[in-house]
Parts: sequence; C-alpha cells; structure tokens
Amino acid sequence: MTHIEADPHLPIIRITREFRASPARLLRAHTEPELFARWIGPDTLQTRVEHWDARTGGSFRYVSVRDGEEWAFRGCFHEIRPDRLVQTFTYEGDPDGVALNTLWFDELGEGRTRLRTQSLVDSFESRDSWLKSGMEVGLQDGYRKLERMLSNDAG
Amino acid sequence: MLVDTLSRTFAALADPTRRDIVARLSAGDATVNQLAEPYAMSLQAVYKHLRVLEEAGVVSRPAGPQPRSVRLELGSLDLMDGWLEQARRRAEERYQRLDRVLAEMEDEEPGP
Repeated sequence: MTHIEADPHLPIIRITREFRASPARLLRAHTEPELFARWIGPDTLQTRVEHWDARTGGSFRYVSVRDGEEWAFRGCFHEIRPDRLVQTFTYEGDPDGVALNTLWFDELGEGRTRLRTQSLVDSFESRDSWLKSGMEVGLQDGYRKLERMLSNDAG
Repeated sequence: MLVDTLSRTFAALADPTRRDIVARLSAGDATVNQLAEPYAMSLQAVYKHLRVLEEAGVVSRPAGPQPRSVRLELGSLDLMDGWLEQARRRAEERYQRLDRVLAEMEDEEPGP
C-alpha cells in the first residue's frame, strides 16, 4: 500500500511503501542503471540511460521515449549510503525546477524494507503543478467538482 | 478556461498566511476580526487575502446576520485530495513494477 502526503508547510511530497526485499537489493534497484530502467516507467515509455555514475558525488542522465518523442531527466547522486540515497532531479524541459529527493531504506526484518521518499521542490506552485501533471482524467473530474463547488451546490 | 480556474485555486493556497487561514477555518467558521487577530497585519491586508481565497472558491462568506463569518468550502480541498490520490496511484504503479524487478533480482542472485 503506497501512502502519500503533501506537507502543509513546506513544498514537499512524501511517499511511503513497503517491499519484500532487503535494503541492499532495493538500493541496487535504484543505483544499477539496467535495473532502474526496468521499473522507472511509466509503462507506455521506454527508458534509455545516457550517463550513469552511481557514486557519492556522481551524476546521471536518462531519456524517456514514446513514439519518437523524448523527455530527458538528469541529476546528481549527492550521497549514497546503505540506508539512504540523496539525489537532485531535474526535467530538462524545465531546467530551473530542481527537486531534492531523499530516500530512506528502513530494514523491517524478515526480508522486508520500508522505502520512504521525500521530494522537496522550490515552490508550492512547482509541487502543485507536479501533482496536477499527467491527470487528464483527474483534471476533468476535478474541474467538474470545482464547477459544482463554484455554483454553490456542493454538499 | 479550466486550467486557469484550477491554477487560481492552487495560487490561492500558495501563500503561507492564506494556508494558515484555511487551516484555522477547517476547525470552524470565524469572523474576519477573529481571523485577523493573530497576524501583525492590517485588517485591510487580511481582507485582501480573503478576497483571493474567495475568488478561488476556497472560502465563502455566506450572507447572514452581521458580522458575517467566513466559511471553508471543503470541495476545494477535495480537489487537492483528488490530485494527491492520482499521484499516489502513479507511485503505486511504479512500485508494482519495482516489486517485479526485485523478485526477478532474487532469481538472478546466487546465494542464501
């Protein structure tokens, strides 16, 4: 079960999820490029890793491809530890928007690990536009809800 | 234009004072004077913040006995919840792919 929250005071999104794997294996899935490319997704995209130096102080760049259209992402592996990964993350189409992502791998025993991620962006507007992204259907639903709300017949 | 309307809602909530007003209204309706009390700003400045929230549909000031109280329109926060739920679903889909990769790694790894 994935749990998500938007911090009310800081432009942060936090996501928590448990996995049936050791912290070491979960870390490898985030730091080995061929493993990372297999799950980062979404399903409709192919991921091509262009540059990958998964060491403290290293950097990465990968490209998501769909029907010839490409979206490039890059960032730094600021720090890699057995139980913690700190990265910067930028979508090259919006080079001024830099997220600071921290991932914690909490060992739960019995071969289970809790992954906690925190993504800090530079403004509430950036966070909220990220929350709105990729939501054509949700946007329509949200708009209908807003319409109802604005016409004051929302219960 | 629908995106403009949505952007207005989010812009309204992008200011810390306005978020604080919303947080306090979530505990119950309040008059403008009550809302203004904790802030070191003029009543006029508080009215300005309320107007932004009102125009975005986040709060309303239903006509009624004076002094009129300010009410939180919960629907506007449902919208935020809806977007969070979308983001949650996206993360869950990604993590289900990660589940599969982790299981495949187990098959590939020799050892205990």
